[in-house]
Amino acid sequence: RQALEEMRALYERNQADVSEAKSGRTDLIFLIRFRHCCLLRNQRCILAYLYDRLLRIRALRWEYGSVLPNTIQFHMAAEEVEWFNRYKKSLATYMRSVGGEEGLDLTQDIKPPKSLYIEVRCLRDYGEFEIDDGTTVLLKKNSQHFLPRWKCEQLIRQGVLEHILL
Amino acid sequence: MSEAYHPVGPGLGLEENFLSLDDILMSQEKLPGRAESALPRLAFALGQGAGTGDSIPEQSKLEIPLWLAKGLHDSKRRIISVELPKIYKEAWRTVFSADANVVDLHKMGPYYYGFGSQLLNFDNPENPEIAQTILQTFISRFRRIMDSSQNAYNEDTSVLVARLDELERALFQAGQKALNDFQCWEKGQASQITASSLVQNYGKRKFTDMDA
Repeated sequence: RQALEEMRALYERNQADVSEAKSGRTDLIFLIRFRHCCLLRNQRCILAYLYDRLLRIRALRWEYGSVLPNTIQFHMAAEEVEWFNRYKKSLATYMRSVGGEEGLDLTQDIKPPKSLYIEVRCLRDYGEFEIDDGTTVLLKKNSQHFLPRWKCEQLIRQGVLEHILL
Repeated sequence: MSEAYHPVGPGLGLEENFLSLDDILMSQEKLPGRAESALPRLAFALGQGAGTGDSIPEQSKLEIPLWLAKGLHDSKRRIISVELPKIYKEAWRTVFSADANVVDLHKMGPYYYGFGSQLLNFDNPENPEIAQTILQTFISRFRRIMDSSQNAYNEDTSVLVARLDELERALFQAGQKALNDFQCWEKGQASQITASSLVQNYGKRKFTDMDA
């Protein structure tokens, strides 16, 4: 926001000089060009910063899943939240249209899974967790469970569970 | 273990990438130059002179950042003329042709390759030689970078990396990452799902409240 105000001030000063230059003082051209360079530079920095933020938010969707933790959402501007929601929607539409593929398969970039069920250990308290056939599992710290893979994948990526190899 | 976050990389050759943060940092580096004609009212911005009404006299020496030099440089050269920083001059070029491996490129301005490519934009009679030197330096240093990045597993690499400039460091890190991935695969950890590094970083960082 501060940068925007600076830009506005510079632009106004530049406008004043442009009008002065038009009235015949041609040696001020350098000054105008200089200010124009500064404005362009500021614009470039701002754009690059915002674009980088967008790239990181997009990465968050692939890492975290559809719901962002509150602390992160607090740091995002309103437009970024809206961008995130729209990106989520496009991604969901795309995943549906590819014929019933789960979104997580797209982010799974390592070897195909070796088994349907995996052994996990809980790293922190999470509460209750329900599996497809209705049984609930209480996730407390250091408890080990044998759970279906697709259910716990998201929790593992978030750091709540830990995958154990036998 | 590929990451989902792919930042915009630096540009190759004569043009920079507009949105690349690396390129923006690189174009912040300063160039020595000279003002060809008197620049009215610019004195306060460039650090000389007392008030806003002073002008910089002709032929005075200036240190300007690259982005400003590119903007103010004109083919008729009415405003600014740029000189080469000393690392691209004759003396250093002979050092590079003798042995490029001993030079501490990080100390000499951490963007040797990128900055050199941008310098070729300004008309300069020595351009072909500069281009040749940059290329030759890169070729001779590359072998050592590749060697060290592929063989330093689980060690402290700060000694190796200290003398490299930014482009070389990026290459080194790519090599390290490939090595780590391969070792993971060998150990059988490739099919283990892990929490991504983004998640781990967010967990460790404490979020402070922003002011309004």
